[in-house]
Amino acid sequence: MSSPSVQNILNRHNPLAEGNLSRVAQIDRSLRSPVVFFTVMAALWLVVGSIFGVISAIKLHVPEFLNFEALTFGRSRTLHLNMVAYGWSFNAIFAVSIWLMHRLSRAELRNGWVPILGGIGWNLTLVYGMFAIADGQMTGVEWLEMPREVAPVLGLCFLLIGLWSVVAFSRRQTTHVYVSQWYILAAMFWLPILYLVAQMMILWFPARGTVQAITNWWFGHNAIGLFLTPVGVASMYYFIPKVLGRPIHSYYLSVVGFWTFALFYNWAGIHHLLGGPVPVWLQSAGIVASVMMVIPVLVTAINFHYTTTSSQAWGVIWGSPTLRFTVFGAMNYTLSSFAGSLMALRDVNAVTHFTNFTIGHAHHGMHAFLTMALFGAFYFILPRLAQREWPSATLIHLHFWLCAIGTIGYVVVMSIHGWMQGMQWNAAVMTPAQIAAAAEPWNYARTICGSLMTLGHTVFCVHVLWMLAPRAEKRQGPTLFAR
Amino acid sequence: MKNLYLIYAGVFFTIAFSWGGLVLSSQIQQAGLVPVASEEGGQLYPRKASGYAIQGKLVYISQGCNYCHSQQVRPAGMGGDIARGWGQRSTVSRDYILQDRVLLGTMRTGPDLADIGGRQSSDDWHYLHLFDPQITSPGSNMPSFRQLFALRPLGATPSKDAIHVPPTHAAAAPAGYEWVPSERGRNLVAYLRSLKLDYNSPEAKLKE
Repeated sequence: MSSPSVQNILNRHNPLAEGNLSRVAQIDRSLRSPVVFFTVMAALWLVVGSIFGVISAIKLHVPEFLNFEALTFGRSRTLHLNMVAYGWSFNAIFAVSIWLMHRLSRAELRNGWVPILGGIGWNLTLVYGMFAIADGQMTGVEWLEMPREVAPVLGLCFLLIGLWSVVAFSRRQTTHVYVSQWYILAAMFWLPILYLVAQMMILWFPARGTVQAITNWWFGHNAIGLFLTPVGVASMYYFIPKVLGRPIHSYYLSVVGFWTFALFYNWAGIHHLLGGPVPVWLQSAGIVASVMMVIPVLVTAINFHYTTTSSQAWGVIWGSPTLRFTVFGAMNYTLSSFAGSLMALRDVNAVTHFTNFTIGHAHHGMHAFLTMALFGAFYFILPRLAQREWPSATLIHLHFWLCAIGTIGYVVVMSIHGWMQGMQWNAAVMTPAQIAAAAEPWNYARTICGSLMTLGHTVFCVHVLWMLAPRAEKRQGPTLFAR
Repeated sequence: MKNLYLIYAGVFFTIAFSWGGLVLSSQIQQAGLVPVASEEGGQLYPRKASGYAIQGKLVYISQGCNYCHSQQVRPAGMGGDIARGWGQRSTVSRDYILQDRVLLGTMRTGPDLADIGGRQSSDDWHYLHLFDPQITSPGSNMPSFRQLFALRPLGATPSKDAIHVPPTHAAAAPAGYEWVPSERGRNLVAYLRSLKLDYNSPEAKLKE
């Protein structure tokens, strides 16, 4: 691959030049305020939420670190999860899905103030929810820790935001419907149902006994699988062909991938309860669905693989920040999903359940796949909305390497240690305190990897704010990784 | 695939299918579960929790104990739960039917607590363990929960509920003072001691 042609392809995606196409520019202008708003909120939550992650990680090897009640491990860990889940990933997904949906439907956003209103409500409610968690008003239900009174407000705000994807789709000016649109439509439909049912059956009108736990993991796993993941996949389906300037390898495969995904992911969440006090046939159904997830994941991986390899444009993939992050995310989508299928097997689960292995897996999916893919999307979207390039290639480099090394290191550390932890608990030889002592070096390594990611997130957040801040000079041509 | 309604119909079907299959079916299946006596006319199990234990469970939730401690015993042959003595039998759906919040847990940074009341039946152990886990379990990475205790001026005689922190401990009460559990601390310990797996269930018998 010679350097000039790489530059050619990359320059074709000069955001400022593309902005001159009047129709696209009009659409982007209509999207500017809401998408920028959600992006900034997402970036801020990401930094704060990551700091709570590091605080929680340190507490595992220095138990008395910052040990006052509002920050006891159970709360700081919960703050971390809720901030990165509802603060970072939801806001980021609002931004990316609104932009993708309008761009793909060639429709303008006419009432931009509505999603912004929803967004303000969403974020203010989250702030309230976080203070409530720090104050100990937790529900004890994973992924639904904020006190139940936030639910009606969050639900309403979600509708104000999510609705616009449907509106954009029904106003579409195109005859073709792209795979990314199905995923976003489905995600915006699934989440409110999941949230409503889970709130009702767990917090408002609690179901009987372990039906609560079943509902909890039907919701918890599907909030990831049927909301975060589909938008992440939609984003990868859009940006990989877009930046490469090639069509997706197979339309047929993407249809198969979508419907098998919708069918199997729905049933997989029960694998969080293997060996638990729930009917065995349910556990078996969860295992089957988890293993069947190999089909949609493999199909999507094949589609991405052939789209990228047939282009032979390795220089473009490595040189474009959007593609480098997105392809990193795509590879980890495949890897973490396969790992998830394996972890649902009964013999593997007997070791990995209740250990750091599961936490490593959660970060593999949520960070190495989803977060990295969303970063890739932002590197493409923001310059087009701000009509201004990213100020610094060095910062993008830093961001990529800090996050890439941090996240891979984290997954490796947690997987190895999680497996050891599982074997130690199961062998029933070491005492709990001995197991905790054996965890110490791994817990240090975990803190280091988490800190790298947090630094990377800070770099990203600073870069976003720097880019949007009013200033005089404008960079000409796209900001690419230096070659 | 261009039709919005067709996409939505399919998308709705998939989620309704999983909800019906996983959640609704379980609700129907568990509706018939009631507490039972292991012998005719005997005590019904699972027991109803005492008022203190119910209050203590709220403390357990608000301190986030459930993020490091599970409350479920997997059957022999799946992990070392039984071998570790975390219970003499596996837990089953019936054990949880009277709980208004089920705290099965997903992580074991520390041991399972489904039968902690059976394993550790002394109030004193629980208080010292919460005051500083290093006293009872050296090497543990559990934080101390000092917020559940209060330092109180010593009366004419030490009060009945004063906890026995070793005098050499860094946080030992200064002369003229004593450490006592707060109301939250007492309730939490009442809850922990109420967690027992000491009865037969039609679905799972205790080991002989």
